[in-house]
Amino acid sequence: MSKPDCGCARPLQLEIRRPAQVSPTPPLPLSTTLTWRDVLGSWRVRWGIGRMRYRVAPGLYRIGTPDASSPVLVTANYKLTVDALRRRLTALDLWILVLDTKGVNVWCAAGKGTFGTQELIRSIEAVGLAQVVAHRRLVVPQLGAVGVAAHEVKRATGFQVRYGPVLARDVPVYLAAGMQATPAMRRVPFGWRERLVLAPMEIAGTWKPALGIVLALAALDLLRHGRLTSHLAVDVVPFVGAILTGGLLVPLLLPWLPSRAFAIKGALAGVLCAIGALLLLPMGRVEASGVTLLVLAITSFMAMYFTGATTFTNEAGARLEVRRALPVIAVSAALGIVLRVAAAFV
Amino acid sequence: MRYVLSGHTLALDSGLCNGCGRCEEVCPHAVFAIHERKAVLADRDACMECGACRMNCPVGAIAVSSGVGCVAAVVNSLRGQGTSCDSCSCG
Repeated sequence: MSKPDCGCARPLQLEIRRPAQVSPTPPLPLSTTLTWRDVLGSWRVRWGIGRMRYRVAPGLYRIGTPDASSPVLVTANYKLTVDALRRRLTALDLWILVLDTKGVNVWCAAGKGTFGTQELIRSIEAVGLAQVVAHRRLVVPQLGAVGVAAHEVKRATGFQVRYGPVLARDVPVYLAAGMQATPAMRRVPFGWRERLVLAPMEIAGTWKPALGIVLALAALDLLRHGRLTSHLAVDVVPFVGAILTGGLLVPLLLPWLPSRAFAIKGALAGVLCAIGALLLLPMGRVEASGVTLLVLAITSFMAMYFTGATTFTNEAGARLEVRRALPVIAVSAALGIVLRVAAAFV
Repeated sequence: MRYVLSGHTLALDSGLCNGCGRCEEVCPHAVFAIHERKAVLADRDACMECGACRMNCPVGAIAVSSGVGCVAAVVNSLRGQGTSCDSCSCG
């Protein structure tokens, strides 16, 4: 290792040249107003466009003109997260420490471990936070607690973690109250707004199977009539209805749909959708049976997948649902396809 | 709203608890309460098993099998596409 002409010494030399205390880049200013570009960007990612590339460079930022006594807020580097935070911080002077969570929001990143103890300790050291502020307090969003062990951060860096409110909108009140969160600030809300914000994402995500359904129905139409007929427009209605039921109606009606299991919630919403389709459209008995089974399979499946967008589901329950409901959904879908295809020839 | 099997793996060892209150602070569903300087499970059925309490318990008094309550993640792991949300676009 000590031979200067030996190849293995080169990375070692680089290591030596690097200063012991990494000189941090000066904190960048962060605006508290969103531009039309930010608004457009958030709209785009809500439809799932470029969602995994919507990032902010990790590091230390400043809001207003902070000094050595200003609070330090920690957040993730998903741009939607940073935007949600900074727009609430008008007229405040503080530091924002953006962790590298690979462009994922605080809660999900904490679950994955990227918003975690190690990354927080690394960031504190990388930006030289101990030289920037005189105090030793960090405000970490409460949902980050899934990945951050406060006592370990304290032991490694001397910084004391204060868990801030769940929502960015409560941060100013929390700070004004001397870093005290009310019980309401500690709860995760899941009202109709929170339930619907991911609906475009869920619906946009179905475009591949939806296209498959349209192509299959077109093929059946061709086989039956020798050409594409206007009936195709009617054939797709129950399936469009099923996707909208699973992606929009289920989230909207979630608290009122009976049962704790999402597969059952989805199937019950599917019954409403199927009844609507059968009342609206003239169908033979075989076609009606096939369509109903397919609609129930789609709504039940989509409802199950909505567990990932909720704030209260657990893994053991999700496993149980997959084990119990997925085979039933698969059988229902298979039988539905057989009947729907048969209906085209009777 | 409550989910299937919620809180089934959550266990609290009162003997180890030092009453620091971190669990009550970090829980997003008010599962914990502090009574006479000890944490108690006030509403276990609301637990989503996120693991924030166990992570922040300085004396290791809390056990919970945490994971993501996401059917897509479960299906992905069954299909051998990573054990968590690696292959998912959840963000």
